[in-house]
Amino acid sequence: MSRIETAFFEIGSLDTLANRDSFIHRLDPRAKLVTTLVYILCVVSFDKYQLSALLPFLVFPVVLLAAGHLPVNFLLNKLLIIAPFAILIGIFNPLFDRQIVIHIGSLDISGGWLSFISILLKFTLTISAALILIATTSFSGVCLALEKLGAPRVFVLQLLFLHRYLFVLVDEGARLVRARALRSFNGKGTGMTVYGQLVGQLLLRTIDRAQRIHQAMCCRGFSGEIHLLRSFSFGIREIFFTFGWCTVFIFLRAGNVSQVLGKVLLELVR
Amino acid sequence: MHMADALLSPAVGGTMWAATAGTIAYCSRQVKKEPDDSRVPLMGVLAAFIFAAQMINFTIPGTGSSGHLGGGMILAILLGPEAAFLAMASVLTVQALFFADGGLLALGCNIFNLGFFPCFIGYPLIYRKIVGASPSEKRIFSAALISALIGLQLGAFGVVLETVTSGISELPFKTFVLLMQSIHLAIGTVEGLVTAAVVLFVLKARPEILQYAATDHTYGWLSMNKVLTGLLVATLVTGGALSWFASTRPDGLEWALSEVTGRQEVAAPGHGIQALLAGIQNKSAFLSGYEFAQAEKVSGPEGGAEDWPAVDAGTTVSGMVGGFITLALAAAIGLLLKRRTRIEAT
Repeated sequence: MSRIETAFFEIGSLDTLANRDSFIHRLDPRAKLVTTLVYILCVVSFDKYQLSALLPFLVFPVVLLAAGHLPVNFLLNKLLIIAPFAILIGIFNPLFDRQIVIHIGSLDISGGWLSFISILLKFTLTISAALILIATTSFSGVCLALEKLGAPRVFVLQLLFLHRYLFVLVDEGARLVRARALRSFNGKGTGMTVYGQLVGQLLLRTIDRAQRIHQAMCCRGFSGEIHLLRSFSFGIREIFFTFGWCTVFIFLRAGNVSQVLGKVLLELVR
Repeated sequence: MHMADALLSPAVGGTMWAATAGTIAYCSRQVKKEPDDSRVPLMGVLAAFIFAAQMINFTIPGTGSSGHLGGGMILAILLGPEAAFLAMASVLTVQALFFADGGLLALGCNIFNLGFFPCFIGYPLIYRKIVGASPSEKRIFSAALISALIGLQLGAFGVVLETVTSGISELPFKTFVLLMQSIHLAIGTVEGLVTAAVVLFVLKARPEILQYAATDHTYGWLSMNKVLTGLLVATLVTGGALSWFASTRPDGLEWALSEVTGRQEVAAPGHGIQALLAGIQNKSAFLSGYEFAQAEKVSGPEGGAEDWPAVDAGTTVSGMVGGFITLALAAAIGLLLKRRTRIEAT
């Protein structure tokens, strides 16, 4: 399957997940957006050698996955696909930072390895939070939440239009790619001249399509002003959700819960 | 090439988000003022086009590897700077949300790196200057190549600055810069060639599209806002990065003093008004010596000239803070003067 067809499936699958029903799905998108942003800020604000303090933050994705009845596989698959990039970014740290920071028995661990694993952890946490946000709130939900929170209407409209026509254009692009592949006898990749003509054709069709869309809008009474229908309600459940989770994040950020738990356990065992 | 959340500090991420949000607000206002309402569906559909085009790979001649289009320049050529920035921002948002291509905090950085430089620097300052009002094949080819190259180089440099000022990755500045700039030289060339290929196709098939796009924009785009933003960016870059290259050797006055008195600074008296003021200055200066106060210094080679460039978070921050304070002071003085002249004029 070519890259463009895979992209088609990925966007479609996340949208399908967002149409499910659960307590999390029914929450107002603004609550989920704000909570996710606070989560990402907290995770990212740790310094580069922190490992144990990051681990309790796994509670947020895990709880949302369970409460939202989301399949764990989709998240793990996505993480595995992104993993090579994360490793590529972080692998320089062990090479450049060789200062020994801790000793475990006879094993000396350099700061570089600590920061590498910290980067991987941060990667996992932030990406999971973003994916779960989309899987529990559809893309249009996030866009409308942005508009309510103050983003310029033109930009939100742009996002909504993009989402709407993405599928149409990706489908058309996939057909062009498949047609070229079927007509290339030795299967060599697309050269630049052919690519230019292919994409150029797609562009011309796109511009024509834009004209037809505008004419259709005018036929249906478009006069320049766009109105958005939003049926949101920010109630007591959203307030509890947002404030509850933000308190948890700040509590986890302020103190190292893993260390405390570890100490308590060791005291009990002794 | 997209920045990741894991490499950003909240300060850098927040700053870049502020810059991006400001630019989005400005562009939205400009697009709203447009009298032509067919703009809105055109922007949306072209963004979807760029998204689809990015998914189609082509082989790079000579290396055998495959590449894909970035798209900033094509959008700028067809839509103009403001609309193209919004379109690019929307494409990157979808990529971040659906494909985890760069995180949500890094989205601000990515939109700035991949959107601002092609749309507001590559297109108006390079492409339009070369192509002018009469697009010909040769001009379009060279304009697309040069503007894509420069846009990508600036974007890559943006990534380097953001990563190094965040301080989470261990890559030293020099290595990182050399790596990124050289890789993006190649990527920029390919992007330029592909952009040229697409635009030339459109020129041959339907030249009226390019004509319409070229004449549709008002020439009064050079507003005060843009000039100020440009100055702010330049200040940040100079204060932030170039301060590392500030020489650590003594300046003219210190050299003269050391030759005459044997010390680089005049010894201050330990009592009286000077001592009082010096005490106040010591307490209030949190960036004394242009560096953060070091609680415990990491032992290294002492004495003599320090490492150059003196890449230090403290120097960068003090450079940026100094730049901001200077700008704020300048703005305050400007406002005061404005008020004075207005009163005097009546």
